[in-house]
Amino acid sequence: MSGPWPSSEDTSPGNDRLDLTRRAALEGGAATAAVLEAGAFAAPASAKAAEPDVQSIPLSVQLQINGGFHQLSLDPRTTLLDALREHLALTGAKKGCDHGQCGACTVLLDGRRINACLTLAVMHDGQSITTIEGLADGETLHPLQAAFIEHDGFQCGYCTSGQICSAVGMLRESCLGMPSYVTADLAQPHPQLTDLEIRERMSGNICRCAAYPNIVAAIRQAAEQPS
Amino acid sequence: MRAFTYERANSVEQAAAAMATPGAKIVAGGTNLLDLMKLQVETPARLIDINRLGLDKIDDMADGGLRIGATVRNSDLAADERVRRQYGVLSRALLAGASAQLRNKATTSGNLLQRTRCSYFYDVTKPCNKRSPGSGCSALAGANRMLAILGASSQCIATHPSDMAVAMRALDARVETINAGGAIRSIPIAEFHRLPGATPNVETTLKSDELITAVMLPPPPPGVQIYRKVRDRASYAFALVSVAAVVDAANGRIRSARLAFGGLAPKPWRVVRAEETLLGAPANASSVGAAADAVLDGAQGHGGNDFKIPLARRTLHAVLAAATQA
Repeated sequence: MSGPWPSSEDTSPGNDRLDLTRRAALEGGAATAAVLEAGAFAAPASAKAAEPDVQSIPLSVQLQINGGFHQLSLDPRTTLLDALREHLALTGAKKGCDHGQCGACTVLLDGRRINACLTLAVMHDGQSITTIEGLADGETLHPLQAAFIEHDGFQCGYCTSGQICSAVGMLRESCLGMPSYVTADLAQPHPQLTDLEIRERMSGNICRCAAYPNIVAAIRQAAEQPS
Repeated sequence: MRAFTYERANSVEQAAAAMATPGAKIVAGGTNLLDLMKLQVETPARLIDINRLGLDKIDDMADGGLRIGATVRNSDLAADERVRRQYGVLSRALLAGASAQLRNKATTSGNLLQRTRCSYFYDVTKPCNKRSPGSGCSALAGANRMLAILGASSQCIATHPSDMAVAMRALDARVETINAGGAIRSIPIAEFHRLPGATPNVETTLKSDELITAVMLPPPPPGVQIYRKVRDRASYAFALVSVAAVVDAANGRIRSARLAFGGLAPKPWRVVRAEETLLGAPANASSVGAAADAVLDGAQGHGGNDFKIPLARRTLHAVLAAATQA
């Protein structure tokens, strides 16, 4: 999927170039050969025409994160994920695929789970964001955090903060009666949260260690707890 | 990601006018656009954010239909009580698409305007007529398992990836737009997406200064509504074949049937002749076989996607069996 990005023009924040280098190394010789012979298609013609004049002007953004207000000055290209990780040192939300496919970057925006990698921080001026760092109440873990530990709902842990934030959002959706693809009767106002429902509703969070059975068990326990 | 300027539109007319300037793009949910911008498939010089224009409402219409605002999130539309009760095919199609996180961001208009997931469109090192007109189509003789068997051209065999649009096609939705001068237009969804022909880079009939403001659904049609999606994983995967069906049947006879297909073509695919063969027909394998013949008239595989022809046929049989036995 990756291509040769002109390095002199790439000033994007974060570690895009690092990712690319790693990806190219993993793909090995084939990727390199493809890059060399296909340079002509590196960028659409329209982009070349539009690009030289454009300057990134930092914009002022206020974000309410885990209850506290933060005033930032950001290149408009900064994703919400990079704003959290690179500008606010909140590294709980992880950068996995950086393309909305793995769910490791899941955070809650005004209580709703989203992929922080696929949205720009400047789009969320004045909005409220909750990350994994904001879930516990002092030393008391959020019920989902405690349940993940109790049920061993992880192995390497890289996806875990995204899994837990996603599960918090998912349980809220379930409380609101929102249906899923596997809900048999869509007209039913409060579908029951079966294991099948949990699995379908959590499909946007990938666990490469495949801790899925324990993740489902942890979420089921938290769902059954009175909150 | 290339540099761009970012601004928030204050009105729909202003957004439409800004959209017509060189290099400008509208951003709503951003789930497809940001993905493409990171890969430099999309390189807008100017981003216009329409999220704060109040286009996120679902309103009842006087005729009994629904008016769905352009920035209504896919998750909210799928969960809307009216949609769940009266337009189940749409709710189910929305829930079949993407992941919960993406649906919380993705919008009605963005879903219609999302780009193909053809891997050559995404790979800026490869020829692709849709991304770089005139460069060629890598998919014709390449990895084309996911790609089109109907409506394609020698220039492009990309599929439209939406589930939502397939259901909207079965429901005869209309796309409402406004231009910079404030003129409103209502486009039947059948005429909204274009076939690739010689210009696969032009995907819709929208004019350069035309902004989508809403999608209008007519009153719910009679019959059973089904959205069946066949894919490589049980969840969170694009369709190989999908069918949106609204079937009115009684006593083993089909009174009317609307059938729209996803995963097969560059746009939601609906064949009137196929539906006509089912009018008053007995609900059996022979009637459905004739309808499938009409749907797949002219279907052409490209090697990797040959299987879609029999798969579409079998999926239609399964859907109509379920619809007429319900």
